[in-house]
Amino acid sequence: MSGPSTGWEIVVGLEVHCELQTKTKLFCACPNAFGDEPNTNVCPVCLGLPGSLPVLNEQAVELAMRIGAALHCEVRSSSFHRKNYFYPDMPKDYQISQYDQPINVGGYLELPDGSRVGIVRAHIEEDTGKTSHRGESGRIHSADYALVDYNRSGVPLVEIVTEPDIRSAAQARAFVAELRGVLVAAEASDARMEEGSLRIDANVSVRAEGTEQLGTRCEIKNLNSLRSLGLAIEHEAARQVAVIDAGGRVVQETRHWDEQGGRTVPLRSKEEAFDYRYFPEPDLVPLDPDADWKARAAAGVGMLPAERRARLAALVGSPTSQQTDQLQAAVDQGLDDLVVAAVEAGAPAGLALVRAVNELAVDLVAARALDPGSFAALLQLEESGALSPTQAKTVLATLRDAGGGDPGAIARSKGFEALAEATLEGVVRDVVDAHPDEWARYLAGDDKLAGFFTGQVMKATSGKANGKAVAGALRRLRG
Amino acid sequence: MSAREIARAVRAGERSARGVVEESLAAIAERDGEVHAFLLVTGDEARSAADAIDAAVADGRDPGPLAGVPVALKDNLCTKGIPTTCASRILEGWRPPYDATVVTRLRRAGAVVVGKTNLDEFAMGSSTENSCAGPTRHPADPSRVPGGSSGGSAAAVAAGFVPLALGSDTGGSVRQPAALCGTVGVKPTYGAVSRYGLVAFASSLDQIGPLAASVEDAALLLEVIAGHDPLDSTSIAQAAPEVTASLDVGVAGLRVGVCDELVEGTAPDVVARVQQAADALVDAGAHVTRVSVPEMRYGLSAYYLIAPAEASSNLARYDGVRYGLRVPASDVAAMNVATRTAGFGPEVKRRIMLGTYALSAGYYDAYYAKAQRVRTLLIEAFSRAYEQVDVLLGATAPTTAFPIGERVDDPMAMYMSDVCTIPSNLAGHPAISVPFGTGDDGLPVGVQVLAPALEEARMFQAAAAIERAAPAPGSGTK
Repeated sequence: MSGPSTGWEIVVGLEVHCELQTKTKLFCACPNAFGDEPNTNVCPVCLGLPGSLPVLNEQAVELAMRIGAALHCEVRSSSFHRKNYFYPDMPKDYQISQYDQPINVGGYLELPDGSRVGIVRAHIEEDTGKTSHRGESGRIHSADYALVDYNRSGVPLVEIVTEPDIRSAAQARAFVAELRGVLVAAEASDARMEEGSLRIDANVSVRAEGTEQLGTRCEIKNLNSLRSLGLAIEHEAARQVAVIDAGGRVVQETRHWDEQGGRTVPLRSKEEAFDYRYFPEPDLVPLDPDADWKARAAAGVGMLPAERRARLAALVGSPTSQQTDQLQAAVDQGLDDLVVAAVEAGAPAGLALVRAVNELAVDLVAARALDPGSFAALLQLEESGALSPTQAKTVLATLRDAGGGDPGAIARSKGFEALAEATLEGVVRDVVDAHPDEWARYLAGDDKLAGFFTGQVMKATSGKANGKAVAGALRRLRG
Repeated sequence: MSAREIARAVRAGERSARGVVEESLAAIAERDGEVHAFLLVTGDEARSAADAIDAAVADGRDPGPLAGVPVALKDNLCTKGIPTTCASRILEGWRPPYDATVVTRLRRAGAVVVGKTNLDEFAMGSSTENSCAGPTRHPADPSRVPGGSSGGSAAAVAAGFVPLALGSDTGGSVRQPAALCGTVGVKPTYGAVSRYGLVAFASSLDQIGPLAASVEDAALLLEVIAGHDPLDSTSIAQAAPEVTASLDVGVAGLRVGVCDELVEGTAPDVVARVQQAADALVDAGAHVTRVSVPEMRYGLSAYYLIAPAEASSNLARYDGVRYGLRVPASDVAAMNVATRTAGFGPEVKRRIMLGTYALSAGYYDAYYAKAQRVRTLLIEAFSRAYEQVDVLLGATAPTTAFPIGERVDDPMAMYMSDVCTIPSNLAGHPAISVPFGTGDDGLPVGVQVLAPALEEARMFQAAAAIERAAPAPGSGTK
């Protein structure tokens, strides 16, 4: 099954929960750490023991403000509410969250294709614990018992809510990918979907193309990867179109993405929705950051992916569509700083980009640590023809593994030195001398024979010669 | 012996803390079977704490300002390793892994905790009858209630078991039992005393306060427990008020307003005592006038929306999952219901339902939000009154101690017991109840002094003057 048939438009809004990478939890001093022994990072506060009280983590507020700044939001005075519902992994049976006064409102995120997705709000709230259902069947409803790990209870989250501006599964994926880059750049979250530090719910509806009125939406939960996000949106949109085509009406409900079954299944309808009985959290005071603090937070946002792409594009000049893909890849892979530094050290921008995203990306950790001066020197040797592309790649691999070095010396140690200009010219002369008839025809204007001579030179050098350099030598001999 | 005198004697090496504690434990053993002020007496812990105080004195180390003074703690204050029940079945078997901030401060000051006192379940009540362990009895008349919800703490002080006790006051739960038992009871400014480790009833109203046999002892205890605590976000960022210094200042020139709303609807013998206290203040040099704060009349209604609403959320955590009672059932939701059905008493259930309703979609604005607006209006009305007077004077409770069983089946009658105390909680202001003679039935009457936020010193100034003028026990009103 793919997306809906023609004539229909998909409308998607996302709710993204991201865990903030603070040292401690949102309301207590327990470590905010992933993967520890269950129920070891807990205290009276995050276990919600009677008599315990929350104290707001300043670092969490600062990271939330950074996210707001990075998403072009208005960062405001805010307050906390209690969201009341019973669930075993929520130790107080209410969640402390921001309700009608969120810290960040009204921003946007621009995607690499130039489209903009509006941000309604990005507010602070606490995470819950984690329940694992145990029993032979491995299913929730027939589990024999459940275990709860409260290590995650009270971990700070920022929930980012978008406008319903997204029009395709691909755009939804691009949004999340770009958002991930923004969160990492702001050092606000490690944004790892596979570890659950970035979690997505999608509100999906469909409408006839050309109409304005939004259709009835369904909220899809349990989207654990970009892949399931895209698939779930396509399947859900197709399901809704099928319902409407069959004369039915889409019912507003929460649905669960069934990864194995490749479909969404109903979780609860609007009528069954919880009444959360929100009211102002009396244990916390209003949050009113002053201008200095907001400015400090905004200054903490690193260079965003869009700025990084723009910076590379400016170096390349007017990038081709292939180069646009390459520079996005360089930014996604964290290699753009290397490319920029190499260009500053004299490397040709286009070549630097290609070698970075193709050859260096094989080992990103080593690549990010590569000395840009060595990288630039190598690219200059390749550009000048002193090294063939094949040779350059070989030398680059050595440079990458060593973290840098003298590319000329590495080339010589690999026997590539024979191809220095003077040596090559000698080989070409020998080949010319050995084939006087062909040389005469070449001199008479039969340019096709350049290929013949190049082939002979290659044979004589066991393929180490640079084709461009051979052509240059032939031209010089012809006079 | 007063707390001040005990601490002085222990610090001077004239008395041993151990000896003081043994006397306290002996008094409890002798009479608490009848009074039932304590849910738990921690004799062993008290003896070793007392020995540590004595060792400190012997070593020349400072044993603290309350050295060797026995204190009783309302059983909604968390004590590390010692059961804390809130007089509820639902907390059966739970031992907190930590001490409340006030308990830490008491221990540091050299006070010796002798036990945990009875209360209305989760502090919801005005008679200490809503306890899963049965009622506490009035020490002067065992057929009557001691008031509530801190009835166990008030009775423990009134019976002479301990010179000091802590209670919690959400709508009058320290002051009303203090008045009924004939002790001093203080509700500090909201935020003056850390709530960390106080099991929450209604978070925006709860405040821990001292009960003592004298105004001076109450002031001493307040100075020990008050002051900023980083573990409570609503704790005021300032040091404890120096209230003992104000006790001997007198009231010359102090403007006192006898508040109409704090005497109307009050029994005639109680009104007479309030008038007598006002006259005594005039004699001591105060300017006494009548004032009215009409918005107080809406206090009770607003309180019974806000307090249950917050309680419905605060008490959600007693779900059988992590601690306390668990009644097994077929799935988690059924277990939650079975546990809460068995674990909570009828008054707690009533308030959870009231509060859940008040916060429900479609009703929030009409109830909870409106009650909060009443609260704002009340604070503004108090401000206007305090432009004319420095403190307000009135009754603490509408009547003296009432018979056990009289109001248990009539929640509205029970709720009316707090009509004079609730306004201070809604406003976050301090108030104190001082014993002032007895009613026609010979049982104690308390008069209440109210002051603006953070004006505890002024409040204690007036309270000390009232205490000095109080009729000797047993003397008539005429």
